[in-house]
Amino acid sequence: MSGVFSPTRAKIKERTLRTDKWWLEPAITFGVLFSFVIYATFRAFEGANYYKDHLISPFYSPCLSQACVPEATLFGWTPVSAEIFNFALSPALIILIFPLGFRMTCYYYRKAYYRSFWLSPPACAVAEPHTKYTGETRAPLIFQNAHRWFFYAGLVFNVFLTYDAIISFKNVDGQWGHMSLGSLVLLVSSTLLWMYSLSCHTCRHTVGGRLKHFSKHPVRYKLWTLVSALNHKHQQFAWFSLAAVAFADIYVRQVATGAWTNFYFF
Amino acid sequence: MARKLNLRIWRGDATDGGLKDVQVDVNEGEVVLDVIHRVQATQMGDLAVRWNCKAGKCGSCSMEINGKPRLACMTQVASFDEDETITVTPLRAFPVIKDLVTDVSFNYKKAMEIPAYEHPKELAPGEARMEQVDVERSQEFRKCIECFLCQNTCHVIRDHEENKKSFAGPRFFIRIAELDMHPLDKLKNRKRTAQEEHGLGMCNITKCCTEVCPEHIKITDNAIIPMKERVVDIKYDPARMFAGLLKREKRN
Repeated sequence: MSGVFSPTRAKIKERTLRTDKWWLEPAITFGVLFSFVIYATFRAFEGANYYKDHLISPFYSPCLSQACVPEATLFGWTPVSAEIFNFALSPALIILIFPLGFRMTCYYYRKAYYRSFWLSPPACAVAEPHTKYTGETRAPLIFQNAHRWFFYAGLVFNVFLTYDAIISFKNVDGQWGHMSLGSLVLLVSSTLLWMYSLSCHTCRHTVGGRLKHFSKHPVRYKLWTLVSALNHKHQQFAWFSLAAVAFADIYVRQVATGAWTNFYFF
Repeated sequence: MARKLNLRIWRGDATDGGLKDVQVDVNEGEVVLDVIHRVQATQMGDLAVRWNCKAGKCGSCSMEINGKPRLACMTQVASFDEDETITVTPLRAFPVIKDLVTDVSFNYKKAMEIPAYEHPKELAPGEARMEQVDVERSQEFRKCIECFLCQNTCHVIRDHEENKKSFAGPRFFIRIAELDMHPLDKLKNRKRTAQEEHGLGMCNITKCCTEVCPEHIKITDNAIIPMKERVVDIKYDPARMFAGLLKREKRN
């Protein structure tokens, strides 16, 4: 018997005496994240319907595989083979590790999935079901410390996705100065991704949090206060950007399959 | 005007115990500690409860109210439904002594393990000067009233007794962060010892400590995560690893 049932602690047989709906938040988080994982897995392996008339899905950008639709590539640069060991590789599989890694190691998502998937703990003051716990001190969870690596990679991806959003301000004939619903969707998606990255705890630390003397670094202190303000909303940016990326992919897919027509405002 | 309140209080000691139902008068504006005192005065003369200031500043009356770690003196009875039974138990992460009183000496042992502030040798006492902007961050952590609700709710020790020897807990991570962010503290290796001796790596950022803090200290966002990032600086940062390699290359 361990934890709240240890011999020296108050003898209470319930795992928790909470009377509120403590299970609701982890249940919703589980449902949403699980749905996203299922959808993202399907899309990552689909290997099609990711480009149409200057709209490229964020799941497939940058498109670096020789299997990519030529218009979807990054200036025609395709350094990765279309096959590995005779297995046709979807272009998304080459790159998704970076945004996936960034979110998996994110301090907010860690809270979300440790609670909802691993029940460690499911909610505050609700006893977890595990008999042993070593936290992030050994493999595999010690790799959460790679968050900074993924943060740097995430910034590079944001540049690509912003470029994609800019490119989408072309019409079907490739002329600039046009805007469609797809442009708006990609613009919102890339903007929210920037907000998510810039509000990140690693970003906050990197711009100034690591300092001992703010007074000696006024510019970095200013940056730190700005990122700190964004950081208060990191959880919201995490969810909104996830939803926006998923919707951007759904939109591009629907347009690419012909199910939806991309509406042009001008 | 007084009304009747259904209260369930845990009574017992380390050997045995259980929840006892009582009905007690409650007046408008009263807090849970008031009704516990009334029970003690009228029905259970030997009920043990630790309290002191009744103003949310001493941290003595920490307990669990309807399963949530809270200060009894800051929990309004009116925050519950009128027909709701309020259940009061001792903190469930620490050994119980009697009724609502637990042995929190674990925390004092951990406090002694944290290396103290080390003053710069070149500065005599009274000569130290700091800008307000440099101490603001640490001042948030000085609001701690040592109620140990964060320690109590932290699942690392609440659910795993065996981790107590290797884990200092959120209250002491804010102490370490406060010192590591201190502009004048000269102690080396505070980050490394936080990780290797005080169990910073065991925290999995589930933020329960922040949720229960009665002083609203952002324990996770402002202390634990910054400390984890400082540990990454010295152990896992790609840019620093690369810079280190270049330096070594130059030296060779």
